[in-house]
Amino acid sequence: MERVGTIARRSFLIGSASILGGVAFGAYFVTRPTPNPLLEGLAEGEAALTPFVKITPQGITFIVPRADVGQGITSTQAMLIAEELDIDPATVTLDPGQPNQAYFNGTVAAESLPFPAWDQGIVPNTVRDLMGQVARLTSSQFTGGSSSVADLHETLRFAGATARETLKAAVSARTGIAHADLRTEDGHVVLPDMTRISYTELSAEAAAIEPVTDVTLRPVSEWTRLGKPYQRLDIVAKSTGTQDFGIDVVLPGMLHAAVRANPGRGGGMAGYNADAALAMQGVRSVVEVNEGLAVIAENTWFAFQAAQALEVDWLPPDYPASSAEMWQALVDARTDDFRNSRLRDDGDVEAALADATVIEAEYRSPFLAHAALEPLSATVLVEADRVQIWTATQIPAVVRDAAVKLTGVDPSLVTVHALSAGGSFGRRLDHDYVVQAIQIAATMPGTPIKTTWSREEDMTHDFPRPLHMAVGRGTVGNGRVLAYDLDSISPSLVSSWFGRIFIVPPGPDTMLVWGAFDQPYAIPNYRVTGYAAPPMMPIGSWRSPGACSNSFFHESFLSELIHAAGADPLEERLRLIADADSRRVLEAVGEMSNWSGADIGPGRGRGIAFAHTHGVPVAEVIDVTMTDRGIRIDEVWIAADCGTVFDPVNAEAQLTGAAIFGLGHAMNCELTYENHAVQQTNFNSFEGMRLHQTPRFHTQLLQRAERVRGLGEPATAPAAPALADAVFAATGERLREMPFSRSVDFI
Amino acid sequence: MNLKINGTKHVVDLPGDMPLLWVLRDGLNITSVKYGCGIAQCGACTVHIDGEAVRSCQVALADVWGEITTIEGLGTPDALHAIQAAWIDHQVAQCGYCQSGQILQAADLLARNPEPTDEDIDAAMSGNLCRCGTYPRIRAAVHAAASAIREM
Repeated sequence: MERVGTIARRSFLIGSASILGGVAFGAYFVTRPTPNPLLEGLAEGEAALTPFVKITPQGITFIVPRADVGQGITSTQAMLIAEELDIDPATVTLDPGQPNQAYFNGTVAAESLPFPAWDQGIVPNTVRDLMGQVARLTSSQFTGGSSSVADLHETLRFAGATARETLKAAVSARTGIAHADLRTEDGHVVLPDMTRISYTELSAEAAAIEPVTDVTLRPVSEWTRLGKPYQRLDIVAKSTGTQDFGIDVVLPGMLHAAVRANPGRGGGMAGYNADAALAMQGVRSVVEVNEGLAVIAENTWFAFQAAQALEVDWLPPDYPASSAEMWQALVDARTDDFRNSRLRDDGDVEAALADATVIEAEYRSPFLAHAALEPLSATVLVEADRVQIWTATQIPAVVRDAAVKLTGVDPSLVTVHALSAGGSFGRRLDHDYVVQAIQIAATMPGTPIKTTWSREEDMTHDFPRPLHMAVGRGTVGNGRVLAYDLDSISPSLVSSWFGRIFIVPPGPDTMLVWGAFDQPYAIPNYRVTGYAAPPMMPIGSWRSPGACSNSFFHESFLSELIHAAGADPLEERLRLIADADSRRVLEAVGEMSNWSGADIGPGRGRGIAFAHTHGVPVAEVIDVTMTDRGIRIDEVWIAADCGTVFDPVNAEAQLTGAAIFGLGHAMNCELTYENHAVQQTNFNSFEGMRLHQTPRFHTQLLQRAERVRGLGEPATAPAAPALADAVFAATGERLREMPFSRSVDFI
Repeated sequence: MNLKINGTKHVVDLPGDMPLLWVLRDGLNITSVKYGCGIAQCGACTVHIDGEAVRSCQVALADVWGEITTIEGLGTPDALHAIQAAWIDHQVAQCGYCQSGQILQAADLLARNPEPTDEDIDAAMSGNLCRCGTYPRIRAAVHAAASAIREM
């Protein structure tokens, strides 16, 4: 929210924008309020009191612009507005809205900066503020980076409060009763004589007056909904088969399409023969799309079958053909020529390493697919003066802009119907599947066409988590860690992903070293260097990007050093960390697990790891037991601090779900390449955790941290190193390569 | 072909080798039956045939041997089945895409075994993949549903 008194400061900050981002905006634009998109298209008697609340005589609509990919953010957004507006959110229509500047995400841009999240000094916070403004001015609207609650929790509560006070002002104007003598309750303004006037009855009067923006947010002690256990608004639909996902769209006269793309991503096509496919039952046409071909047919099954019957002469892409060659490219990139960042360089690492016995270890993390259970899909209807897109996406503005570019229509004539996603884990931060669906539908104007990727297309044409490796070198003495030097090597995720959907920001790729350079340890000699290997196949953001690999490297190597020093893994971490929020989660997980060291008896082992990602410190302790059927994970304890928790039931689900995601992939999953193509094509060769491998979970959210943060990702990163540490405690074997199933058997 | 689905008869004119999954989704617009893998590895497409949980992606239309039940046949938002009520009480779903299949698989389990142990649940439900990781709540909800059904 804009606040009086901050304008001069913001003006100054934006004046600095050109130095960092190559984007310069005048102070005039910065200080001008973001227009309210709901004001366009309002009918007589309808009010849009903020970009998030629309009131008509028929009902109330909340605009909840962040995409629900399973993390429950639709409900949380509605609850944040409802808490201030005093209305049951179950009685409100929830609409994701259309892409608009008003729904920009200022938090993610700020998180990409080369400062650790726990560093709340003047310089980091000043530049974060600046990047938030740049995001607003570039209408950067996306869901990701565990940013939604952090970014919107005040904005949405202000929206609810503004609507509430404006409705009261409308009643005051009608009745002459002083504003202060009115209150609100359950969708009504209540007069001193207990007369109740519904919000919907007030829409015309509220629309006629200036919105009341001088509002104060209610303190936590007065909350009646937030912070209390409540039912997700989509839980009944998702338990009865009545939730519509992107893939479930049904339109009159709709046709279905399947895609067959080059298994070597980005390679071209020398030629093709579609005769056999065109002769098959129910097939209407074969069309060229980005990366390959598509079949349009009467149903998805016919389209899938015909897509397999296409004979295509694929050209090879320009990246290495096999996993072995790709790993070699990473090994070769650990030189000054590929050095990308050194964002942590404390003490004198070179001198410390020269003076003592050096402990060295190498770690590897494989390519991974997102493999959301709902395969990628989009339905598009192209008409002469309008384009409509039904899909599940985290980047609706990018989708709209793609439609403009491909069809030439004005942006105002594109409608993006944003639907619930059957998972994403970062995959829907790309829109390649929507681009193909638009290309397909553009060949048959007037006919809606649903394009569905087969599971095999989905697995083999992901923008995967990149392969990543690290080399750690360190020294210990007097029972302590004295020097820690980590080289982290991977293709640049920022260059690949930002390059596809936005622009590549200048400066170092901070995501390449997230989870390593930004950890709050005060090791006397401490250095983290990032190396950006040459680009390979296009890669993408995978739940807790960067940190999902780096935390495994960083924490595993720290554990090795602590073990070599003969120190206790928990006590030594506490000794090395000054940050109060981080210390508290470590102390909490120690209490929860009744920590007394890694030795918990014969055939068993206990591990610990800590990570500070997305602004949230998380500590995890894991117990394992060796059985005759393999290693069993018994218990997992998780302590985290994301500040105030608005939705406690869902917060617990995000902690356990993120940890299961981290554990299951660390144990079982990798993508490997031969002849440029992914070898794992379905869930028979790529499965995360299943029920029989699932341990018992114990979680705690401390709610002591000052800043509010999101929980979709933070528990992912420390899961793998905590498990590796536990397996070491049980077996004496260090797991330095994921998936761990390459080295040990699990139940 | 005639199909009986949730007590209602349907006539479909589609090839006999077409998987039941796609007959239901694209032929009859019953989209609660989900496509996840097409090779019986994820369980999202689970339906009942004569009360037994099957993967509809692996059943050819011509081979359908009995009456089909989808999640709508188990219960609706206004008339929940005890398993659905337990799923809601425990707030199991995150993205929710796998949950129709999970619930139908749980119904099959509880019909055969009214008081399953954790091991029984693991054995019966491990073919149903949940990428969001809702498994701890699935276990709890199956136990709660079993108690509720026993007390009916």
